[in-house]
Amino acid sequence: MTRTPQTGGGPPNPGESIDPDGSVDPETTESLSARLEAAAQTRLGRSLAIRHVNTGSCNGCELELRALSNVLYDLERFGLRFVESPRHADVLLVTGPLTRNLRTALEQAWDATPDPKWVVAVGDCAVDGGVFKGSYAVLGGTGLSIPVDLTISGCPPPPARILAGLRSLLEANART
Amino acid sequence: MTTASDIVSTAEAEICRPWLRHILPHAGWTALAYASVAEQWILLAHWADTAQAHALFLDPAALTVVPVSTPIENGCYPALSPFLPGAAWYERMIHDLWGHAAEGGTDARPWLDHGTWPHARPMATRPEARSAGEPPLLAGAGQDGAMILPHGPIWGRLDEAAHLRLTLDGPTIQRAEALLGFTHKGTLTLMRGKSPRAAARFAARLSADATVAHSVAFAQATESAMDIGAPPRAAALRIVMMEVERIAAHLDNLAEVGRLADAQTVRTRCGLLRETLLQASETAFGHRLMMDCVVPGGVATDIAEGGPEVILRALGAIASQLESVRRLHDGAVLSSRLSGLGRTGAQLAASLGVGGVVGRASGRAFDVRSLLSLGYGTLTPRLAVRTNGDAAARQHLRIFEIEESLRLVSLALDALPDGPVTVALPHVSGEGIACAESVRGDVWHWLRLDHGQIAAAFPRDPGWALWPLAERVLENAAADDADIIRASFALPASGMDL
Ligand code: SF4
Repeated sequence: MTRTPQTGGGPPNPGESIDPDGSVDPETTESLSARLEAAAQTRLGRSLAIRHVNTGSCNGCELELRALSNVLYDLERFGLRFVESPRHADVLLVTGPLTRNLRTALEQAWDATPDPKWVVAVGDCAVDGGVFKGSYAVLGGTGLSIPVDLTISGCPPPPARILAGLRSLLEANART
Repeated sequence: MTTASDIVSTAEAEICRPWLRHILPHAGWTALAYASVAEQWILLAHWADTAQAHALFLDPAALTVVPVSTPIENGCYPALSPFLPGAAWYERMIHDLWGHAAEGGTDARPWLDHGTWPHARPMATRPEARSAGEPPLLAGAGQDGAMILPHGPIWGRLDEAAHLRLTLDGPTIQRAEALLGFTHKGTLTLMRGKSPRAAARFAARLSADATVAHSVAFAQATESAMDIGAPPRAAALRIVMMEVERIAAHLDNLAEVGRLADAQTVRTRCGLLRETLLQASETAFGHRLMMDCVVPGGVATDIAEGGPEVILRALGAIASQLESVRRLHDGAVLSSRLSGLGRTGAQLAASLGVGGVVGRASGRAFDVRSLLSLGYGTLTPRLAVRTNGDAAARQHLRIFEIEESLRLVSLALDALPDGPVTVALPHVSGEGIACAESVRGDVWHWLRLDHGQIAAAFPRDPGWALWPLAERVLENAAADDADIIRASFALPASGMDL
């Protein structure tokens, strides 16, 4: 991790672009996001609707997912958005170790989502149970119950990493 | 008449630091429950081990904490719930995990155990094997033709997994029932038999926006049990982290309630300020949420070089915008939406022991930072209380508390003592209790060590008090307001699901 350069001159201005890794470089970030925006719109031509499914999370992964909607990461400019209804979802984004008490709910959510659909397991817990592996109350990762297309590790994964994963999904989706 | 203190002081006691744990026979336990109501003692937590049921009371007049226990006889102990309604969920949890029955209890339905575990009563000396079968999932059907609105456990809203069942009478909620336990991860068994350092990872993952508070309470309970203390520099860094966590979580809540109230400026501004602070935490402490940064014996690593400046810069950004965030809350959009919404009764909040912003917005002047000191020493956090009990009062208190935490962090960073940030942990046996003021109110950790390893532990998350209050508050509310009321309560699930 690189340390934030001490650029001085008071607090960062909200609205100013800050690199998700911590260093402030508005210009690079601006041009990068403009490029990505164009890519998202012209090359892919479609967006992805994401439905979140919590299978037992400590809420850490949700906190970082919430950060994705702030203006800094601004999920929507990439054509990615969260939806509440499974019927409108292209992606199930799963967080948390798969608890035995939520297995049926996850499977119901999967069944309710129309094909074709992607499943993304976000966070060490959803990848393989994380620190909760081996508990009587936990089955393990999402993959023990439904097929997983993409895993994003971290406890919790920082928003920049989640965003990178979701963008790769967007590109893969455009090719299908 | 025998007072609660009389009942306790005449009983024999076991060493538990810093408060002795008194052992009461069944009759004394019941007498204490009875007396506690008259004397307005507050039940802070209720749990068990294989041999005893435990309860943690607060005597608000003497400002002291009173742990008591009673033996389990023939699988039973006398219920507290006939006297203390807030005890019912704990009794159900104790039954599901240890198999002990609360005799005379008001509610014997399962709580954490949804019938899916390979064993019943997993924490008992001999868990009972159970034949695998598909669990009955929540039926959606309503009784008497009433309209039932089931929410969750999967909301599709970046939310915690809990089930809320609202019985409607037209547009109004007639009855609200919370069903939890979905995120039960077997945390207590995972902690058992581990070193405090290893078990701390589970304390840190009870509830992520209170990860620092839970970690601090767990670490201090360990240190109490060992009769040691964290070095001064670590104690100061813990305060910095706890207050940074409070600011970030309050900003998150302001953003979320702002979003639900269609106050997009509040949502955007608070979301961005929070992000600025999380990035500063990453630079200063190596983790955006500061998970695993507090450990028994001190803190995991010292603050990074230049870390204080980065934190102070982020705090400066927040300070410069707080007044405008406050004005937005006084403005037409938010004040008309939030005033009178989700009003809590002072008496119910007090009797359930609801702390945090929700308790303080309903007139309960309780904050363990100022009441039990806890290393804050000369920093003396200021306490604000409102009596309206509505969502507007809660959001205003959140803004006040952000401001106060900004002050505390600067003071703590200013006077950061030099020296080591950890002490070695001795391999001793003992028992300890500690608390911390999380963003949702007081968290309490009790644990027992056997030659340096966790023999038993129990963390009490503020959710135990918040949910029963939320159920009552939702009754008679408009169904359309349920989301925003829930958000202004910041209802957690994972921490109390264990
Ligand atoms: S991966 Fe980490 S942050 Fe995410 S749910 Fe698991 S413990 Fe919590």
